[in-house]
Amino acid sequence: MKNRIILAPYSIWMLIFVIVPMCLVGLFAFTDSSGMFTIENILSVGMYSNVVLRSIWLGGISTIICLIIGYPMAYFISKMSQGNQSVALVLLMIPMWMSFLLRTYAWMTILENNGLINNFLSLLGIGKVQLINTRGAIVLGMVYNFLPYMILPIYTVLEKINPSIIEAAQDLGANRLKVFLKVILPLSLPGIISGITMVFVPAVSTFIISKMLGGGANLLIGDLIEMQFLGSAYNPNLGSAISLILMILIMICTGIMNQFDSEDSNGGLIV
Amino acid sequence: MKLFSKIYTFLIFLFLYAPIFVLITFSFNDSKSRSVWAGFTFKWYNQLFQNQEILNALSNTLIIAVISALLATILGTVAAVGINSSKKWTRRIIMNVTNIPMANPEIVTGVSLMLLFVFINRSFGILKPGMTTLILAHKTFCLPYVVLSVMPKLRQMDPNLYEAAQDLGCNPLKAFFKVVLPEIVPGIVTGMMMSFTMSIDDFVISYFTSGTTQTLPIAIYSMTRKMVSPEINALSTLLFGIILTLLIAINLRQIKDKNVKER
Repeated sequence: MKNRIILAPYSIWMLIFVIVPMCLVGLFAFTDSSGMFTIENILSVGMYSNVVLRSIWLGGISTIICLIIGYPMAYFISKMSQGNQSVALVLLMIPMWMSFLLRTYAWMTILENNGLINNFLSLLGIGKVQLINTRGAIVLGMVYNFLPYMILPIYTVLEKINPSIIEAAQDLGANRLKVFLKVILPLSLPGIISGITMVFVPAVSTFIISKMLGGGANLLIGDLIEMQFLGSAYNPNLGSAISLILMILIMICTGIMNQFDSEDSNGGLIV
Repeated sequence: MKLFSKIYTFLIFLFLYAPIFVLITFSFNDSKSRSVWAGFTFKWYNQLFQNQEILNALSNTLIIAVISALLATILGTVAAVGINSSKKWTRRIIMNVTNIPMANPEIVTGVSLMLLFVFINRSFGILKPGMTTLILAHKTFCLPYVVLSVMPKLRQMDPNLYEAAQDLGCNPLKAFFKVVLPEIVPGIVTGMMMSFTMSIDDFVISYFTSGTTQTLPIAIYSMTRKMVSPEINALSTLLFGIILTLLIAINLRQIKDKNVKER
């Protein structure tokens, strides 16, 4: 009984500010502007399937690039001496503490047509290259902003691996490649999984990076949602429908990822 | 292999820091150009401190961060105590709800809160988007972090201690303040600090719930759209300096703590 009193304020708060807003998104997604039930909004998201696919595609590529360049980094940091490890971790975290708007803005100034890279290229006698307002720039911005979110969880897992397991594998005749593929990689899977989710979720739902580095031509889901609520194309019903689809998309992705994770950690428990 | 790993680590850090150093360098540039160096100056810093809009945004940000972090800490700590001593299925439901704001993309949280505030405003004529809605929104997304950092401390605690205090004549409230609270203070402080930084840093959720009120990230965003002002470089440099000093201070303290413990 007493417990209920203690929990009541929090429960009521979460009900009003988390559950009710989610229900409102659902409600708006299935009604038109006069409040009548309709599935028109959900259907018209189909018109924007190219935007949805582009978001998944660019977010996916960024996640893969983060994994490819982040994994070795995490591995090398885990092999450093204790002191260097903490220095490296602080160095990784400092950029994360800066507003991502400023970090993205920095890339704007580097990539723009009169920016550093293009000025450098014209000094060399090579003509200017269109760097900003391309899909490549969006991917670069995503990788730059979210790379630490890939490195940190993988590092945490790698650092915990008991070195005697690796020695045991070597004693039993495994070469370096085999040790990596059969021992280190499977053991670091939970870190890889959480890294992938931590990069993919913000990457697929971003709207600022695409706006700042991608120009107007490369809309992503986030931009589409923002336009329906604050932009020129005011239509909260359609915006809610797109949000609902984004939520479902991410729930499916994290669901698949958790599947991998739980299987693996169960295996780990037996060991 | 050793050399390769050193070069690789260096290149990644170069990638992470080069853009920041470009910003810092051009904050001292005596020209509006962002690629040509025209001499050293402090004038952008001067202009920054005379820019009323930015100073307003900064004070808004700090007010919102302090209030929402404090409120979230109080409510979150009470909630964690309640969750910790509740039955399994109640705990499960509440933890699932707690995870919603963390698992959802920020933009969905922002949009859903915006719908809520618009709905309340239309039905009851209260809660015009502004400072109040910002504080409510920030408190909401900070709460899970407080709950999740206090919970482990409560679990580590020996539950018999609380009962022992009561057996020795404390009433439940006194037992909580004298016995439970001192044990979980580190978790509470972590939760509050996380809330504070998350609140200062938040752009996406504020963007949808602020109305015309400006916070620092929103002001930065509108500055980046104008694309001309080097004041933004000056601002980045100052923020970078503050963050760097804070992190170094925190780390030095940790190293000191370690040394003391080892002795």
